[in-house]
Amino acid sequence: MAADQMFDRRRILTGVAALFGAMPLAGCEDRLSTNPTVLNVLGLAEPVTHRLQRLILSGDALAPEFTEADISTTFKPNGTTEPDDQEYQDLLGSQFKNWRLQITGLVERPLTLSLEDLRELPSRTQITRHDCVEGWSCIGKWKGVPLARLLERASLKPQARYLVFHCADTLGESLDAAKYYESIGLEDAFHPQTLLAYEMNDAPLTVAHGAPLRLRVERQLGYKMAKYVMRIEAVESFAAIGAGKGGYWEDRGYEWYAGI
Amino acid sequence: MTASAVDHSASTMSAVYRHSALVRVTHWINVLCLTMLLMSGLQIFNAHSALYWGQASEFAKPILAIKAREKNGGQFGATEVLGHTFDTTGVLGLSGPPDNRQERAFPAWITLPGYQDLATGRRWHFFFAWLLVINGIVYLMSGFLRGHFWRDLLPSRDQLRHIGRSIAEHIRLRFPRGEEAKHYNVLQKLSYLIIVFVVLPLLIVAGLTMSPGIDAAFPWLTSVFGGRQSARTIHFLAAFMLVAFAAVHVLMVLLSGLWNNMRSMITGWYTIERAGDTHGG
Repeated sequence: MAADQMFDRRRILTGVAALFGAMPLAGCEDRLSTNPTVLNVLGLAEPVTHRLQRLILSGDALAPEFTEADISTTFKPNGTTEPDDQEYQDLLGSQFKNWRLQITGLVERPLTLSLEDLRELPSRTQITRHDCVEGWSCIGKWKGVPLARLLERASLKPQARYLVFHCADTLGESLDAAKYYESIGLEDAFHPQTLLAYEMNDAPLTVAHGAPLRLRVERQLGYKMAKYVMRIEAVESFAAIGAGKGGYWEDRGYEWYAGI
Repeated sequence: MTASAVDHSASTMSAVYRHSALVRVTHWINVLCLTMLLMSGLQIFNAHSALYWGQASEFAKPILAIKAREKNGGQFGATEVLGHTFDTTGVLGLSGPPDNRQERAFPAWITLPGYQDLATGRRWHFFFAWLLVINGIVYLMSGFLRGHFWRDLLPSRDQLRHIGRSIAEHIRLRFPRGEEAKHYNVLQKLSYLIIVFVVLPLLIVAGLTMSPGIDAAFPWLTSVFGGRQSARTIHFLAAFMLVAFAAVHVLMVLLSGLWNNMRSMITGWYTIERAGDTHGG
């Protein structure tokens, strides 16, 4: 009887200890938040989300499209809004006459295209919602060349698995400053709504929104949609680019798959 | 647990096995998940500390906006709700030690991580979101298969008829004792049912509706909520409904016997006064 009670008490105390063991988690959260092992464990959620969304997003499911009436009066630009890189300033000075888009890497036929070349290709226009990782959304109208058309012309080599977008802008302060870049997988690259957009709301892209050319990947968050695109590189792996995580923000802790 | 523990003494108390191991384990995993989700959720909210209605953000017309604003050359924490602005310096909008105020919607002590870091906040959030969902599936499957919901959570007709009396007793802080305390009372049953089958599913689905990937797969989702920004607002409101529930829940635990309640949610055993003695006390 007494033994039973002892046992009972011990069980209770163990339980309470376990409960309060979990509580200080909140107290030392900042230490946990900078611990690489903790971050890696927490990061396990990303492949689960990615795989499940791929499963649900069979093939070419389209992001919702809207009407002219839905277009946001104020469309907040994100990331760099005025690149001060000399190369970009020179291109801007000549109204992008000397600007060329290069498609390189694991392709059979590397391409060099002027803005005029891009405008002559078949285009797609779409009114979509832009979701920023911060939480806000804006609706805009985009016109551009479906990326799939260019990839068909360049013809990807079989090893190609990702497309890396190298941009003209440098983002971040002093030591942390780096050229912006992004990458997407082939499912998104060949998706019908994935565009290299040169027009926004019926006007050429403004500098704040990525002139002369930006990427639209409508089923992911805003930071995937690289602005000021200069070069598209088909690669097998992005491990050797930047810090190896596949993008400017990915190198700073954000998910590569930004579908959520 | 042996039978001897049930009536091991000559006292008027007897123990009943109240919570199954599965309910106890999933309960505490839930506590952990919801704490982490709330704190990391507030970190995420701080990245753009305003809520809107509709598909897109009409920046000039927020439903709620929490930020630091200028006043008489100084700063104050401004919380704007439907056009009305309140000074919430110290907690919302502007917080931290008085000589080192920081501009941030929710204060450092409630966000995860404490410093502003959206990327890490998202990592915490999505990890514990998955854990919550898995835990919830286990709980729901077992609850349906073992009849827990029908047996323990569905109020009886008799209980519903006397709901007024139950409310009156709760207001006077008189809680069921003896035989009656063997089962959840009607207010407990209803609030648990609403949390399990309304608030939590709403919270999760509204959260998923913020995902551009999910919106492409199920475009009707945003229509149901009236837009992505509406879904974000509902996600936020549902989270605070849970906070309100948790506050009342913890208060009731404290008032109706902290030790007894804690023991029953840890070991399963809950002590009640034996029938016949209940009216004496």
